[in-house]
Amino acid sequence: MTRRSSDDRFFRLATGAVAALVLLIVIGIGFELTRQSTMSIRKFGFSFWTGTTWDPVSGDFGARPFIWGTLYSSVLALLLAAPVALGIAIYISELSPRMLRQPLAYLTELLAAIPSIVYGLWGVFVLVPIIRKLELATPDFLKKIPLFKGPPLGVGMLAAAVILAIMVVPFTSSVAREILKNVPSAQREAAYALGATRWEAIKVAVGYGKSGIIGAIMLGFGRALGETMAVTMVIGNNPQVSASLYAPQYTMSAVIANEFTEAADELYLHALIEIGLLLFIITIGVNMISRLLIWSMKARANRKAISMPMLADEAVPA
Amino acid sequence: MQKLLRHLSVAAFLFSLAACKPAETPRQSAAAPAQSTGNAITINGAGATFPYPIYSKWFDEYRKQHANVQINYQSIGSGGGIKQLSAGTVFFGATDGPMTDAQLKAASAPILHFPTVLGGVVPVYNIPGVSSQIRFTGPVLADIFLGRITKWNDAAIAKINPGVQLPSTDIAVVHRSDGSGTTYIFCDFLSKTSADYKQKVGVATSVSWPVGVGAKGNEGVSGLVQQTPGAIGYVELIFALQNKIPFAAVQNKAGEFVTATLDSVTAAAASASTTMPDDFRVSITNADGKGAYPIASFTWILLYQNAEDKVRAKIMADFLRWALTDGQKYATDLHYAPLPRPVIDKEMQALAKVQVQ
Repeated sequence: MTRRSSDDRFFRLATGAVAALVLLIVIGIGFELTRQSTMSIRKFGFSFWTGTTWDPVSGDFGARPFIWGTLYSSVLALLLAAPVALGIAIYISELSPRMLRQPLAYLTELLAAIPSIVYGLWGVFVLVPIIRKLELATPDFLKKIPLFKGPPLGVGMLAAAVILAIMVVPFTSSVAREILKNVPSAQREAAYALGATRWEAIKVAVGYGKSGIIGAIMLGFGRALGETMAVTMVIGNNPQVSASLYAPQYTMSAVIANEFTEAADELYLHALIEIGLLLFIITIGVNMISRLLIWSMKARANRKAISMPMLADEAVPA
Repeated sequence: MQKLLRHLSVAAFLFSLAACKPAETPRQSAAAPAQSTGNAITINGAGATFPYPIYSKWFDEYRKQHANVQINYQSIGSGGGIKQLSAGTVFFGATDGPMTDAQLKAASAPILHFPTVLGGVVPVYNIPGVSSQIRFTGPVLADIFLGRITKWNDAAIAKINPGVQLPSTDIAVVHRSDGSGTTYIFCDFLSKTSADYKQKVGVATSVSWPVGVGAKGNEGVSGLVQQTPGAIGYVELIFALQNKIPFAAVQNKAGEFVTATLDSVTAAAASASTTMPDDFRVSITNADGKGAYPIASFTWILLYQNAEDKVRAKIMADFLRWALTDGQKYATDLHYAPLPRPVIDKEMQALAKVQVQ
């Protein structure tokens, strides 16, 4: 055991260096973002998180509308995408005829290969007009609810959420599919043996891979948080905190992409970079929360496993 | 032997990782003395996107006459051009809005402005049932973009458009979401004609819009305007001409309603030329004079007055002399308004300020 060939040592060193590189890059990004936004951090402090004005002319910056827009659009996208992605994954892994499996899986993954600018253009020319019609057709009593208030422009939160959902589906569904594939068939067989229907057997399989499926959904969430181009083309780019699906709003990555090239003023630049820093922090936060979620689920599953030995070994990558 | 090879490949892999430092090519190539790669002198510039088509045409034509000169231009935006020039990573910059006093002070050495061509900004609209050309005044446009005029049949719009049957449709304001010289020029005009606009919004490449939705680029704005009934937006004149998008006439300082054309844009510069400051940092929106289109602007090339690299400085001065004379004939084909004679004369004198030895 103790004897290692020099090849092994080199290999360990090489892979270790690459792994360390990732860590270094993350630390480097955090450091550089902070360094380049010191002016704005010093001037606005915590009020940068809560401020609602974004005025490059007077040099007054607050990021709340962008934080809100990013989180709101991503959560909405997730609500739309998760059931669809899960449905696709379940159909492919559990229900579809064997012949269809590969082509279906391939086609959903193909969706992930479409550049986001293409999604954006499709959004502008196809999705937005449809959503405008939908908004025009909204009955008056619904328009009184804050969720549906606002002028029927087509562009806005709803369009952004729909386009994000479409972009997120392939990621979530393909990971979820892999997870379901890895559920031992003994699980399903056991369920059938106990007289379960197909639906109940699928429920058992999904329950078995729960933590992995949550991971798949969080992967989609992370993807939605950072998506820039397609979103900026349909969201309306108006920094406001609004619960309305019809209201034009703005996201963090979109404002950076839109305004960075023309920002010549120092404070303005620092404020834009601080938005990048916030996005970085929020992304890390979201990832940590999802880890925690998965971890606590696993812990619970392990506790249960004492009485139900079958669930003991979780084959699911988290 | 095989083992040694394997060691080497691992070592090479590690080395390549170590070599992955951020690239600093622009700084090196711009700051290094005229090194000859096949006798060609490379000059790098960066800045505004608006003049990119004519600049590339110019650099191309100039290259045909001077085979040893290669001028590269990155259209990264005016702000980026100013930044890179100030930092010395490019030899020349280009901008759609003149540098502010603060920006000039922040630069390491004096920078000169040279207008090259002119551009205009036009209001585009989509009013259901209206096919004739609409007219606007500065204050009416300002009130629309401030969100004060919200319906197309508002009395203020109706008054300047007699005979046009305006519907009661809501106005949907569309503006640029990306920072842009177009926004700068448009806001500059509105600020000159409306004190409220100046105070509430102001002039910059990105502003805090009181109403409306933002769309990316001229194509984004015009696309959204065309598909949204009741929408109004603004795009570059070039873009509207190339894509044959109808646009509104705007009242100028003399009280005429002028439709933007290359001639009316050049006229704006001509009327402003008498009062033009020596550094050419001037806004020509809302210009005096008959037939002058009010939402017009120069676009500038920026040069250091006393650059260290005299070889390149001499080439750039020579290039500008050519662009201001022979080069102007390419402007109209590409839908840019050429500079008026008095401005060119004044610039030719100013070019002497560029230190070439």
